Amino acid sequence: MSSRGVLLPAHHYLSDFGAASWLLTRDHKRVALMYLAAVTFFFFLGGAFAVLIRLELITPAGDLVSADTYNKLFTMHGVMMVFFFLIPAIPTVLGNFLIPIMIGAKDLAFPKLNLASLYIYVIGASCTTYAIITGGLDTGWTFYTPFSTASSTTAVIPAAVGIFITGFSSILTGLNFIVTIHRMRAPGMTWFRMPLFVWSHYATSLIMVLGTPVLAITLLMVAAERLFRFGLFDPALGGDPVLFQHLFWFYSHPAVYIMVLPAMGVISELVAAFCRKPVFGYTFVAFASLAIAVLGFLVWGHHMYVAGQSVYAALVFSFLSFMVAVPSAIKVFNWTATMYRGSISWDTPMLYAIGFIGLFTVGGLTGLFLAAVGLDVHVTDTYFIVAHFHYIMVGGTIMAYLGGLHYWWPKMSGRTYNELLARVSAAMVFFGFNLTFFPQFLLGYLGMPRRYHAYPDEFQVLNVLSSAGASLLGVGYLIPMVYLAWSLRYGKLVGSNPWGAVGLEWTISSPPPTENFAETPIVTWDAYEYATRVEGHVA
Amino acid sequence: MPDGVAHHPALAHHFEDLDQQREAATLGMWVFLVTEVLFFGGLFATYLVYRSWYPEAFAEASHHLDIVLGTINTIVLITSSLTMALAVHAAQTNRRQLVFVFLVSTMALGATFLGIKGVEYFHKFEEQLIPGSNFEFEAQYFQHAQLFLSLYFVMTGLHALHMIIGLGIMTWMLAWTWNGTITDAYHSPIEISGLYWHFVDIVWIFLFPLLYLIGRH
Repeated sequence: MSSRGVLLPAHHYLSDFGAASWLLTRDHKRVALMYLAAVTFFFFLGGAFAVLIRLELITPAGDLVSADTYNKLFTMHGVMMVFFFLIPAIPTVLGNFLIPIMIGAKDLAFPKLNLASLYIYVIGASCTTYAIITGGLDTGWTFYTPFSTASSTTAVIPAAVGIFITGFSSILTGLNFIVTIHRMRAPGMTWFRMPLFVWSHYATSLIMVLGTPVLAITLLMVAAERLFRFGLFDPALGGDPVLFQHLFWFYSHPAVYIMVLPAMGVISELVAAFCRKPVFGYTFVAFASLAIAVLGFLVWGHHMYVAGQSVYAALVFSFLSFMVAVPSAIKVFNWTATMYRGSISWDTPMLYAIGFIGLFTVGGLTGLFLAAVGLDVHVTDTYFIVAHFHYIMVGGTIMAYLGGLHYWWPKMSGRTYNELLARVSAAMVFFGFNLTFFPQFLLGYLGMPRRYHAYPDEFQVLNVLSSAGASLLGVGYLIPMVYLAWSLRYGKLVGSNPWGAVGLEWTISSPPPTENFAETPIVTWDAYEYATRVEGHVA
Repeated sequence: MPDGVAHHPALAHHFEDLDQQREAATLGMWVFLVTEVLFFGGLFATYLVYRSWYPEAFAEASHHLDIVLGTINTIVLITSSLTMALAVHAAQTNRRQLVFVFLVSTMALGATFLGIKGVEYFHKFEEQLIPGSNFEFEAQYFQHAQLFLSLYFVMTGLHALHMIIGLGIMTWMLAWTWNGTITDAYHSPIEISGLYWHFVDIVWIFLFPLLYLIGRH
């Protein structure tokens, strides 16, 4: 890419530097950037706990930290990563930035609510972070009762209250997206002309709006039980701890789809742009998002095969869990079919996209192992589970998040990053990830349980491999931090469309003006019309 | 907005016209109410499970609730829904004084409901029916009656909290009616406040029979 003749636009959304212009902004793009800073902070905080976990597990003996400290480490790692990074990351950063632009709107439907959701997120996340200082949390990110309500001596209430508060931020984001997509589309932007990124965020928003309140009320009951001894989940007082698990997973299984659906939306955009073809079977991919959202609400029982639910319930949940594989597979096959005979270019975002497709496939297929009742009983609470969900959450969501960040970075900042460093770090992330988590499949299958700080000697080789992979992965995450920050000042300027991609976001300047579009666009084309609308690389 | 046509002062910069703005606000409130349904839904599900497991204890504990005060409160709340609907209608037909009268009556009825609820809570305190170490109940049903009363306090408490938030919204709407923000062209804030208020009433319409009317034929 060359910066010959490319100048920054005279006015754009970053032109104004005052603190108040940021803190009181109603511009969805600025809110997105502040979210980017916030989720990045919590990603590295959660990552720091992971570093300590992997250090402890290099040796079989529990010699680095005590068992109690280890419990707190994996709990805080899970809580930080799930609630404060994976769930908000793609929707609040990329979704916030792109959804209004992609549908030709000037902003989200409720800009003030959008800013409020950021502050609510920060307050909630700070509240949970405060719990680390005041005794930590050792319940696991799942808060299972009666341990969380009766036994744990750690800061359960501040942690739960923080997650409760953050839930409102999630609900408001989802609500804002739903209303925006329904009511703010530009003339001609029909539902089936929308980019698949928007479709998948629509499906995600449905889950946020329908699932999050159930988690909120459940955590409220846990807090009430701890404070007032209500006994709703305490068998000693007539309550039922399994009911807690039902309510918890009613949200927390769909929450996995809150993490992965936006990632799938990103991948659809990347595959189309870097293969220069329309996404194969657009309608199927769009409806597959909705199907995943709906089916996702019907499978929570597969987390509870060994929790004492009836064998008939387990069979039904097993069958429904297999069903989720159908729309997921539709997406994977359609991306592959899009690549077939495409004009593929291997820029950094595409490397992440290819990585996503491979890792998501492994994560998805091992999900089928776990949906089968008989096999699940064997590997329940082993490292097999840990490996499986990290393939979805890290190999899926974070790969797509990084791919999307690299793809839209020139749009967000107006500048481009060092491509060589970016490719090297993408490769490090891919190989580091596999080295970290593939051995954990083997460990789990051999019977190593999760959540222990010590283990028998025979598991050491695989654990050392895993820790070595984790250090590679950690460096792979740090390098983009450096060159992306560097590019903000020194990166080459790019024009409005450095990738030669279609989509409304590439028709406006980089960085975009505050109002996005000087005139509301009138859309007369489908998404991904690469055959007829390609303008060619600027380079 | 074409040149020469003045912006309505209430029109936000990112909407094309007031119709689009009103549709967005209304849909937003409906989506929020869906969220609320799921929020209370978690509690209703919990209630359903324990009610079906311990029907006798729940019926027994239910008889300790004050059916007279509960019935009065139901009537008070339904009446407040009527005055709220009338306030919305008055706003749509641009009769500012009537909006005022009906909003104030809605608030008065809401406050009455909360007052009566407070009296009921105080009676429960006197009768040692607050779950916890001072809880007293006949030994046979002790545990499960305590579950019932826990649910009673969480569900009605959360409902009361929604009423208090509703009173805050009404105060806000009174201020907007007073300073002329609400006009015949822009009255969607009153409409969506009404949606919220009716929702809170409907929650009570479910709570009342589930909590007060168990086993009464």
